[in-house]
Amino acid sequence: MMPPRFAPEILRGPAKPLWVPILSTIAGSAVCLLPIVATSPALPPFGLLMLLSWRLLRPEMWPASMALALGFADDLMSGHFLGTSMALWTVALLALDWVDHHMVWRDYWMEWVIATVAIVAIQTGAWFLNHRPGMTDTLANILPTVILGILAFPMLVRVTAMLDRWRLRL
Amino acid sequence: MAAPRHRRRGFSRRVQYGLFAGYVIAVVGIVVAAAMVLVAHFDPRAFATARGVAIDAGAGLTGVARIGVRTLSDAGTEIGAYFDAANQNAQLKRDLAVERRHAIAAKALILENTRLKKLALVVEHLPPPLLSGRLIGSTISGQRRFATLAAGSTDGVRPGMPVRSVEGLIGRVYETGLFASRILLLTDGDSAVPVRMPRNGVAALMSGRGDGSLEIRGLTAGGSTFRRGDLAVTSGTGGIYAPNIPVAVITAVQGDRAVAYPLADPAAVDFATVYPIYQPPVEEQPAQPKP
Repeated sequence: MMPPRFAPEILRGPAKPLWVPILSTIAGSAVCLLPIVATSPALPPFGLLMLLSWRLLRPEMWPASMALALGFADDLMSGHFLGTSMALWTVALLALDWVDHHMVWRDYWMEWVIATVAIVAIQTGAWFLNHRPGMTDTLANILPTVILGILAFPMLVRVTAMLDRWRLRL
Repeated sequence: MAAPRHRRRGFSRRVQYGLFAGYVIAVVGIVVAAAMVLVAHFDPRAFATARGVAIDAGAGLTGVARIGVRTLSDAGTEIGAYFDAANQNAQLKRDLAVERRHAIAAKALILENTRLKKLALVVEHLPPPLLSGRLIGSTISGQRRFATLAAGSTDGVRPGMPVRSVEGLIGRVYETGLFASRILLLTDGDSAVPVRMPRNGVAALMSGRGDGSLEIRGLTAGGSTFRRGDLAVTSGTGGIYAPNIPVAVITAVQGDRAVAYPLADPAAVDFATVYPIYQPPVEEQPAQPKP
């Protein structure tokens, strides 16, 4: 990826390695602000995918509590009950810490499997946390976003890797 | 590749404490977040300020980009309209002649209706529309079905107000920011609208299923009361939605339930009209006692 010639101050100074992952994850959540009006869910959860790919690429970069702030931003933009993504994403990062502790080898396919489990668990969890008694939607509604999310994950890993190389370039 | 040794503690006390504090913050955060979800369950309008600011900020981004999207999609439609223009013209002229006759008949009916209502002393308080706003976006991921309207609490929009387009009902205002508000679409699982079938007058309750379709349940016992192609309009029962707004068309009947699709497609409409909350006449005027 070509580094933008006129990137904002925050992306040029010494704080660049710190802010690029955070801002790119928030940008992933902000995809749902795109001016498309749809009556059924049609896009994968990009914020979650960015979080997972950054975390799997750089396990030491973020403490688990970073997911609290990122999840807060995601909740505000997606219209979920405040706290949904905050809680679920933080639990996911703690679980990934545990996985890293017990798994010595981890290749591309393994990361995809881990991401698949995380996406399914988090989307299902979000459905249950947002389901109030009396609401008439079914769990099957999240199926399109989950499948799209699993299929889009390898692409976002590439995007993250490119951003990572740009981030660490002087 | 082998994963980097994770969270290596080493002998540095500072690093050890830092790691421990990180986990404590994470766990406390999870508990707080769970509590916030719980609060939101009992009061869906909780944290209105933070959410309102987010709606405003998001609408700023979306509104600018929406112009480009509309221009592109409009261009596609206009190019398409040139093909088959002659046939379409003739067809439209035939349709117009038929519709004009219907319109005249409808005008006569309206006159007769007002006269009969005056005779029956029925007083209706159908509120005039509050304002028209632009629909600029919607949640395209996740399970809730919201759209964003470019008008907020400074324009007088309040949660609960019904929103409709020319084609029919779109939903109601869920929460407001200062300059933008979130509309709960009919297809959201939380939305329920009391409707009526104009064909036979059967009252029913319509709720969203979250995947773009609606479910209609009859409020009368026995018999299949729905037919494919039936139109559903609001009944006005219980207020909020004024009566006789077109809502949906039934596409499939399953026993005493039916699947319907909304008439107004929020993706296709540009402007939506916000109405004040409809309050049905509480008590009927007593009839004049006969002398």
